[in-house]
Amino acid sequence: MFTRSAADSSPGAVVNQSAVEPRDEAVSTRVQRAALPLYVGRIKVHPKRVSGPYRGVKWLLLAVCLGVYYLLPWLRWDRGERLPDQAVMIDLDGRRAYFFFIEIWPQEVYYITGLLILAAFGLFLATALFGRLWCGYACPQTVWTDLFMAVERLIEGDRAARIRLDKESPGAAKLAKRAAKHAAWLAIAAMTGGAWVMYFGDAPTMLAALFKGEASVEAYVFVGLFTATTYLLAGWAREQLCTYMCPWPRFQAAMQDEHSLTVSYRAWRGEPRGAHKAGTSWEGRGDCVDCKQCIAACPTGIDIRDGQQLECIGCGLCIDACDEIMAKVGRPRGLVAFDTLAALAARAQGRKYRLPLVRARTALYAGLVLATMAAMGVALALRSEAELNVLRDRTPLFVTLSDGGVRNGYTLKVINKTQADRTYRLELSGLPGARMSVVGGEDAPADRPVSVGARLDSVESVRVFVTLPGERLAGESASVRFALRDVRGRQVAAHDSVFLGPRPRP
Amino acid sequence: MPTKIEKDAVTGTDTTGHEWDGIKELNTPLPKWWLYILYATVIWGVGYMIAYPAWPGLRSHTDGLLGYNSRADLAETMAMHEKRRAPRLDRIRAASLEDIRGNADLLRFAIAGGRVAFAENCAGCHGAGGAGAKGFPNLADDDWLWGGTLAEIQATIQHGVRTGDDKARASQMPRFGADGLLKPGEIADLAEYVLALSGQAHDADAAKRAQGGYADQCASCHGDKGQGNREVGAPRLDDRIWLYGGDRAAIARSIAEARGGVMPGWTERLDAATLKMLAVYVHALGGGL
Repeated sequence: MFTRSAADSSPGAVVNQSAVEPRDEAVSTRVQRAALPLYVGRIKVHPKRVSGPYRGVKWLLLAVCLGVYYLLPWLRWDRGERLPDQAVMIDLDGRRAYFFFIEIWPQEVYYITGLLILAAFGLFLATALFGRLWCGYACPQTVWTDLFMAVERLIEGDRAARIRLDKESPGAAKLAKRAAKHAAWLAIAAMTGGAWVMYFGDAPTMLAALFKGEASVEAYVFVGLFTATTYLLAGWAREQLCTYMCPWPRFQAAMQDEHSLTVSYRAWRGEPRGAHKAGTSWEGRGDCVDCKQCIAACPTGIDIRDGQQLECIGCGLCIDACDEIMAKVGRPRGLVAFDTLAALAARAQGRKYRLPLVRARTALYAGLVLATMAAMGVALALRSEAELNVLRDRTPLFVTLSDGGVRNGYTLKVINKTQADRTYRLELSGLPGARMSVVGGEDAPADRPVSVGARLDSVESVRVFVTLPGERLAGESASVRFALRDVRGRQVAAHDSVFLGPRPRP
Repeated sequence: MPTKIEKDAVTGTDTTGHEWDGIKELNTPLPKWWLYILYATVIWGVGYMIAYPAWPGLRSHTDGLLGYNSRADLAETMAMHEKRRAPRLDRIRAASLEDIRGNADLLRFAIAGGRVAFAENCAGCHGAGGAGAKGFPNLADDDWLWGGTLAEIQATIQHGVRTGDDKARASQMPRFGADGLLKPGEIADLAEYVLALSGQAHDADAAKRAQGGYADQCASCHGDKGQGNREVGAPRLDDRIWLYGGDRAAIARSIAEARGGVMPGWTERLDAATLKMLAVYVHALGGGL
């Protein structure tokens, strides 16, 4: 199904054509031409600056993604005096995650699972419709690599200048440029690592502590870790991360079909390719003038004319590069464009093609996205403000009292998720005549509730004894239910348990 | 095993020569640095063996240049926790038992600390959670031989029972049968009387015969109605709780041989704060009357 669209022009032919200008060959082609060892040195990619609509969108998304990442921890959100006022924060010590109006406890980590499932289905849908949009525009590796490349271009110049600089023998000028570049990269990397830890503590306090040397060892370790990884991955590894390390390029094909829009070279229009002299006829030849600007622009160093390939991150920069050339030579734009395999095949055979956006695959992914969103929404709306867990004593299972009565001990975990201190009334049902007493607290008469307090946003552990006086227990055990009611008498949580006694004498 | 390296027709790439059921593997070379990382991890591993304890010898092992030792690590962790516990332990030492019980924070801390001390020192006889066993009193019920207030529990823990210490709880019931103070028939009658006191099925005639004997021999400690006496640790005979068993044979044996357990005093073995936490914990087990 995924035949290479450029299979008709064999790769061997590409090698022969580009042998004239080895500088503008795709990296993959150059590796292929070498006698194949098991390991090869990296061939450095020097992407050329392009301008155009896709580059524009990429700049915009870069600004948005980086803006969100760096600024989000500084956004404030009022939660009252005793809780953090940071809009987005993961409080590892306090075991809470805050996300605007949502506060998540460790046992509610399934909300994050839901979010990840939602993200996965969203990614599937986007991939089925538009190919590797994530890879080309929003993946942190792409965003930071793009930023690092922009810095590199600013300091060392564009593609040609950088290739020249690489070949230059070491000298003061080269050293100065290299030093400036790496210093700038390290500065960005440090900011990236610094911003990461802001999500795990109060940002202003954390920033001050980091600079005063008062932050925790973990904080410095993570700043260091993210500084190192950002610098290495965006500065040095770049496209290698996508090609060699990332699993996503390997299985994204499972989400795509012949109607997925991907960056494609329209071979039906471009071939046979070749240099074109201004003023000569376009009859009997393709629109591709073999200028290799698509290769020069590619951040992963491939030749899009070889068809769909693993290394292509679908960023569309080659489209901008090609369109610029097409405008110059007076041919229509879109020789390289977001197109589908089915469209390419149809055009090659002269058939008409209409892109079916609604397909079984896209409908399924969209349905899964909506279902996950609905499930998340319902779970969030029904999130209780209090919970009650009852741990029954196991040793002793029960205690016989001097009057022949039976006492059972329970440890109650009263969870108050609200942002105010609460007092609840604890009721017991299923055991008429039983008395409850709280260790260090109230001692209630028979069949009456006791009050238990729980501080805001915390779990209160309460020891409760339930006593059934006399020999009143029918059988060895009875099912009981503990219920928490708020001051207005509304039941906010309940938990079932059992009350055990001695085996009745025959 | 690689057999024949050939060029793949579709991609123009060499194969590695590996073939499985007709499926051939293309040779897509890895970057060299990938290989170098493998070498780096090997070197790291060697460094690790030099830096940390690694190689076993016959008697000991290599210590490693960093001098790391998991026992020292443990000691450090323990010291850290001691330091964290210190402020509250100081408050426990200074506070009275009633104050500890009245303060939610100290009560929680004392119960947690008491639970650990109980599991280490007491649970062997009294059972986890103070459930007790035959001959070892249940600490979770409302029947206290020597008193169940905070102060009385603390005194029992500190000095023990029948240890020979002046301050220890001590009493000795006469061995009515073993020492020939009562005849077997009289003991059997007394057993019926005790069964009657606790509301169990009994022989009314035998119980009546023992009425005078009980008043003479037993009532001074166990009370005229069997209500017990905590001053001398004399158990109640009118309730449903029996340390050595409450059936006819067990009661008769108790009268004949007299029974009484021994518990060590803990003042010498545990520090003051732990003793206090233990008292608060035992009191909170559900007894405390």
